[in-house]
Amino acid sequence: MNTSASRALIPLGIFLALAGLLFYGLKLDPREIPSPLIDKPAPDFTLESLKDPSQTLTKEVLLGKVSLVNVWASWCPSCRQEHAELMRIARQNQGVQFLGFNWKDTRPEALQMLQQFGDPYTTILYDPDNRSGIDWGVYGAPETFIVDPQGIIRHKHVGPIDARVWEQEIRPIVEQYQAKKS
Amino acid sequence: MVPELGHFALILALFLAIIQASVPLAGSLSGNRTWMSMARPLAWGQLTFIGIAFLCLLQAFLTDDFSVIYVATNSNSLMPTAYKVSAIWGAHEGSLLLWVFMLAGWGAAVAALSKNLPLAMIARVISVQGMVAIGFLLFTVLTSNPFDRIFPAPLEGRDLNPLLQDPGLAIHPPMLYMGYVGFSVAFAFAIAALIGGKLDSAWARWSRPWTTVAWIFLTIGIALGSWWAYYELGWGGWWFWDPVENASFMPWLAGTALMHSLAVTEKRAAFKTWTVLLAISAFSLSLLGTFLVRSGVLTSVHAFATDPTRGSFILIFLCIVIGGSLALYAWRAPTISGGGRFDLVSRESFLLVNNLLLATLTVLVLFGTLAPLIYEAAGWGKISVGFPWFNKMFVSLSPFLVLATGTGPLAHWKHDEPRRLIKSLWLALALAILVFLAVSLPIFSAGNMAMAFGLAMAAWLVGSHLVSLFDRLKHKHGLKGLAADLAGNSRSYYGMWLAHMGLAVFIVGVTMVSIHGKETDIRMSPGSVHEDAGYRFQFNGVQSVPGPNYSAFRGDFVVYQGEREIARLFPEKRNYFSGGMPMTEAAIDAGLLRDIYISLGEPVGDKGDWALRVYYKPYVRWIWLGCIFMALGGVLAVTDRRYRMARQTAASPIPGGAAVA
Repeated sequence: MNTSASRALIPLGIFLALAGLLFYGLKLDPREIPSPLIDKPAPDFTLESLKDPSQTLTKEVLLGKVSLVNVWASWCPSCRQEHAELMRIARQNQGVQFLGFNWKDTRPEALQMLQQFGDPYTTILYDPDNRSGIDWGVYGAPETFIVDPQGIIRHKHVGPIDARVWEQEIRPIVEQYQAKKS
Repeated sequence: MVPELGHFALILALFLAIIQASVPLAGSLSGNRTWMSMARPLAWGQLTFIGIAFLCLLQAFLTDDFSVIYVATNSNSLMPTAYKVSAIWGAHEGSLLLWVFMLAGWGAAVAALSKNLPLAMIARVISVQGMVAIGFLLFTVLTSNPFDRIFPAPLEGRDLNPLLQDPGLAIHPPMLYMGYVGFSVAFAFAIAALIGGKLDSAWARWSRPWTTVAWIFLTIGIALGSWWAYYELGWGGWWFWDPVENASFMPWLAGTALMHSLAVTEKRAAFKTWTVLLAISAFSLSLLGTFLVRSGVLTSVHAFATDPTRGSFILIFLCIVIGGSLALYAWRAPTISGGGRFDLVSRESFLLVNNLLLATLTVLVLFGTLAPLIYEAAGWGKISVGFPWFNKMFVSLSPFLVLATGTGPLAHWKHDEPRRLIKSLWLALALAILVFLAVSLPIFSAGNMAMAFGLAMAAWLVGSHLVSLFDRLKHKHGLKGLAADLAGNSRSYYGMWLAHMGLAVFIVGVTMVSIHGKETDIRMSPGSVHEDAGYRFQFNGVQSVPGPNYSAFRGDFVVYQGEREIARLFPEKRNYFSGGMPMTEAAIDAGLLRDIYISLGEPVGDKGDWALRVYYKPYVRWIWLGCIFMALGGVLAVTDRRYRMARQTAASPIPGGAAVA
């Protein structure tokens, strides 16, 4: 009797362990994917500017200021979702360089989207065929990198940016490196 | 106005569910017949109010009422009417409403079709269903109300996710949910029996048809999902071991085990605790699937509406339902008698082996799905368990499953002679070995033994089931017996037979397509010809064509076999006006023995060249054909006259059954 009573408890025990695991899982942010590039210098690149095909941009645009490198594309719904928030952040944080990284997109469509929804970026890199995206380890849009004034990647956020992400995750890091600079 | 009515109906349904969960149950415990007899009307009331809510949402979609947020985000006035209907379950809130609607439907069906069950049993079953309904209705009303308004109302809706604008996916979720929710009936019966403390064969007989019906829906639902992924995602694969797919596969495996286990419990009164545990597991895994899909705990290509608040709610609900029922099990199980004894060689043993293997597979899928989480919790870093691991596990366990499936139907209940079994099975064994040797000849297999192995397994299943069929007909006067059986007397045997044949067909499909499938990425310019797998593909360029709510690039291909034109294929790449990723519509020339499948990639250069993907998929249809056989087998089994009779005779005092009250 006793053994069968304790044996009957096994399923409950297994489930409780599983439930504990799931509660733990809820606390994790599924979007937090470590990037091997954190604390490494940003990869070199030579890309056209989205707005001016004759202008070539290199890693130098990253130097001297804290930059947010935001990977986006006109075909990506989540990018549209975060767009309004990016506009707001860009307006209120003039000290941060907003670098757009237009990824796997076409120039007319990308420009049309900016025309329609506004342009939060100071400069936009144009990478239609994922040439530089591979070096950055981009595997989906939107993704946002924080690069410090020395051109070193300090953080990567996968998924859209909303007010919470900005306040709690990105802003503290941005301010930390801005403070260091001065 | 109408959306508010729907919201109100949902709240009323919630209050009804609270009464439904408590009053009949209290009646069954105190012997109050009036309270118990409230169960059936309450189940009907539940269906009525949730039905009203569902119709209100339908009305909002059909009239393009974009003042309702859910409609505005998931519909568009340009969308075809059929998709406006299916858009109801296109996202989280509406699919939840569909869930509770089906739950209420199953509850009403139990109320209607179990006229002759003991009143106490019915009261308990319907009460347990009421408890489940409370959880889901609370969830809907508190966190995911589909009737929320937006002001000012947008002029146009955002459109349904283009991936979901497809006939296959329009009916895939309802089928899947019917299966998930259907297991709530088996669950409710098991819990009711545990509350009553009587687990007998009557209980198993009552749950059997319900379980089978739920299993049929789930089988069809999964097959549809797989078929959809095959032609819509443009990757040519039919199963990806994606967390969301696994979430539907786990209850299917547990449900399959449950069906077999119920048979033993009904016929031999054995495996009782095991059957109860499986009934709890099948439904728990359905709930777990819902949780995994919606909580964002696991990232997935299908994940929609991930939201941690909703996740916590479902998880707490999950803990109450599963934890509560397992605690009840822990309390009652030790008092359950062991039931009929059986020898090592007997049908029970083979069914037990089959059950253990199915349970093992369920646990493996669960483990593989949760492995990323386990790794992270243990601090081992991030991993993802992919294809190869799952495939290896399934390929290494399924031969044993197939061996038991082939042997079980021929073995006698309780006790069998190994010698007799071997004598009746040697033909099947010989057939399997013959197929193995023939296929392993280099001309067929090209040195790939896996193919010989897979086909031999299928041959073993076919052979042993043919032997079983001939045995049966020998005792039943041949074809006359067959006709009489199929007329209704013992359809369940043929149901089993057909479903197992479905497994054989499925194995052939999987074996052939995994070993001989071909996939080529090429770049073609208009007018050029590509040759592959004995076919010639002529590319006539890509044109721009308009659609109702999208514009598309349409490729034009002519496929030749030898000199004969066998197909003209028009794969498309669609850009929906509402934005989002372009959708690939693969063009498929389907056939029983092979599919030819072309999907458009990207335009290359400026001379009209395109990157393309061409697939040759031998026997891929057999995968879904096998599933159809399985589902049809289920239908045959459920229409067996025995269940109709059982329903009528259940009123007569079956030992223990009626005495529950």
